[in-house]
Amino acid sequence: MSVLKAAIVSALKEDARFRARHYPESVIFCVVPRAKFVEAGRVLKKAYALLAAEWATDETPYVRGYAIYACYRYGSEYLIVKSDIPLDDPVFPSLTKHFVPAYRFERQIESLMGLTADKHPDARPWIKFEDWPADAWPLRKTFDASKPLPRVQGEYKWARAEGEGIYEIPVGPVHAGIIEPGHFRFQAVGETIINLEERLGYVHKGIEKRFEALSWDEGARLAGRVSGDATVAHSLTYCMALESMTACSVPDRANWLRALFLERERIANHLGDIGAICNDVAFAFMLYQTMRLKEMLLRTNLRLFGHRFIMDRVLPGGVTADIDSQGITDILGELNYLSQEFEKLVVIIDENSSLEDRTRATGILDPETARDLGVVGLVARASGLNLDCRIQNPFPPYDRIVVNVPVLIAGDVHARVWVRVEEIRESIRIISEILTTLPEGDITTAVNAPWHDTSGFAAVEGWRGEIIYWLQAGPQGEINRCMVRDPSTLSWLGLERAVLGNIVPDFPVCNKSFNQSYSGHDL
Amino acid sequence: MNLNPYIIELLQVLTLLGLAPAFVGWVRMVKCWAQGRTSAGLFQPYRDLAKLFSKEVLLAENASWIFRFTPYLVFSTAVLAGGIIPILSLDLPLASTADVIVIVALFAIARFFTALAGMDIGTAFGGMGSSREMMIASLAEPAMLMAIFTVSLANRSTSLSEIIQVIYSGQSVLRPSLAFAFLAFILIALAETGRVPVDNPATHLELTMIHEAMILEYSGRHLALIEWAGMMKLFLFVILGIAAFAPWGIAAKGSLLGIPEALVYMVLKLGAVGIGIVLIETGLAKMRLFRLTEFLGAAFLLATLGMLSFFILD
Repeated sequence: MSVLKAAIVSALKEDARFRARHYPESVIFCVVPRAKFVEAGRVLKKAYALLAAEWATDETPYVRGYAIYACYRYGSEYLIVKSDIPLDDPVFPSLTKHFVPAYRFERQIESLMGLTADKHPDARPWIKFEDWPADAWPLRKTFDASKPLPRVQGEYKWARAEGEGIYEIPVGPVHAGIIEPGHFRFQAVGETIINLEERLGYVHKGIEKRFEALSWDEGARLAGRVSGDATVAHSLTYCMALESMTACSVPDRANWLRALFLERERIANHLGDIGAICNDVAFAFMLYQTMRLKEMLLRTNLRLFGHRFIMDRVLPGGVTADIDSQGITDILGELNYLSQEFEKLVVIIDENSSLEDRTRATGILDPETARDLGVVGLVARASGLNLDCRIQNPFPPYDRIVVNVPVLIAGDVHARVWVRVEEIRESIRIISEILTTLPEGDITTAVNAPWHDTSGFAAVEGWRGEIIYWLQAGPQGEINRCMVRDPSTLSWLGLERAVLGNIVPDFPVCNKSFNQSYSGHDL
Repeated sequence: MNLNPYIIELLQVLTLLGLAPAFVGWVRMVKCWAQGRTSAGLFQPYRDLAKLFSKEVLLAENASWIFRFTPYLVFSTAVLAGGIIPILSLDLPLASTADVIVIVALFAIARFFTALAGMDIGTAFGGMGSSREMMIASLAEPAMLMAIFTVSLANRSTSLSEIIQVIYSGQSVLRPSLAFAFLAFILIALAETGRVPVDNPATHLELTMIHEAMILEYSGRHLALIEWAGMMKLFLFVILGIAAFAPWGIAAKGSLLGIPEALVYMVLKLGAVGIGIVLIETGLAKMRLFRLTEFLGAAFLLATLGMLSFFILD
């Protein structure tokens, strides 16, 4: 029996009911009474589990009321705890005391689903803005998304610091570069940051609500647009969650092609990030070199797969773009060139002392804090946490590929750059392996509609980190709820802590080294 | 035949106004080549200025006279400095009225008002930029004066024209003190003109800016004047360095042939210095803000060593 399940069983006894109809079966699904929701979390925390996601559903189509879910991760295990919440008493107990990431998950649930988090330390909305009516809860089924909302007056209460020489710097939401909107508020003494408060939600598009109006196939296309730079990873996660619900067996070749797309996406984004981080410390040379290499990859994507970012090429049941032997030769040749050019750049990154002076010991997220905050992906791996879904929960074809990811413990900007460098090298190797062992066969298969009241879960390692989708089918087999958990949701928390004690002009490079998605967070 | 000194004065100012954008254009152009990019050409800064002049000025509601006055002041101090520093000829009517210490003071006035203007509107970035600029000023100006004193001691005058006369007359010999002063001057010039590794003139990141942060709220012709003055400042610092350390080519008397010859020498020297700037800016990342104290401290130390070695060795 799995560690987490054993912990739950021994603590909650018959209060915990383990339920089928949730897929894949390797993910344990248990229902506990609302009063035991926090108890379950406490027990799991003792078993060293981390909170991966928390969300709420409106299950009125099933005449059940609301429900609150928490997904925990421990090593390769995932366990989902669900508690039903009656319609007339929309309150759920807060996990924030035990798990830091619940802090924002629960504010978001309160803002968008209208369930009150009991004993939550912070009553301010998250994602929802103060000019929304207080009783507008878009994720509830009673909310009509087609009607415009009246604007109301309101105020967001920022954390304040007072004292002699304390300086407040509001930055954003509109920034000077071509990046997404988000507000950062610094309290600084001289140049030293003593507090940073993020405010996100400016690109809230109602994606989770929109899913509920779409068919399952259209959902995959929308998932590909949650965060455009991780379009392959998002649509892949959605498809895998759906395929697990419908017992769809994706052809082998499609699995390998999906991994090919995923790794190409990883290389392209990491290249761009490395250049952008260097550019933020005025080392522009690196930006132009990495952008050149990234552009080369994107153009090859366009030529071979029909889209620069390989958007909409992963759909339920398989993929829509195949590769022929000429394409394989092209990619292998391109990788060879990329590898040579990249290694030259790595030497420069490694040996330029002025660059190293800026990246070392800047924006340190120490391993202990990283674990408490539950950050994922490359941010976690630069802070000593060995988290990678390709290794812990190897989805095909990663069960047949050896993935070596670097784990560094420094937790500074340099470590985050270096994790990216190593991952590019590893991805180049993985792609070569994929292309030389690519099995023959179909690239797509039919997907049945899911049964009513089933739910599916998938976690995929995108380039930022673990992406989670949780899908729930409605009574007519439609999408009742699609929960999207981009890695940014967790890793944004890390930035707030990493910049403490740093100086204000070092914030941009810290931020760029995290490079979290605004769109993926705000949904 | 010698030209009227006032005509030379006018020629100098016109050279400054006309060529300063081209020098910045040259630096950007070489930088593009060094990074493997296609450049926008030598004349892009002129187009940028023309664009800014044709745009309307947007003023914040609470902008005071300081904010509106500063661009003109910054621009005119740069032009005035151009009349004092021998760019083409030593035969300048203004040169005898002001020495190199006045030039430092002229730049200090411009900086003082820019810093005030940065705080005038009350945005967070402006104040931040002003505070950083003043920190740099407090470190760079003493070092600058120290370097200038060393050169002045070696050439027995604080007037640039006279310094060059001394160099021309062969009384000046290669001294270790001048080498120290020259190194110090390079470090100071990088800081004063806001180049990498001190400041990044090309950045869009407000939080990292120093000079740009102070002028973020400017627009239209105000911004054009400040940008133009910035280009002239870079140009003048290079010319100042040339005048103090390698003046050969500057016409002693404003003869008809001497002036074009001086122009050719100047362009060649500027071209070489531009390449030097690009090499520094391409090879180095920007320093962490508080490394500047060490950087400018080193400049001050070098300048002081220069002065000491003058007294000990010479």
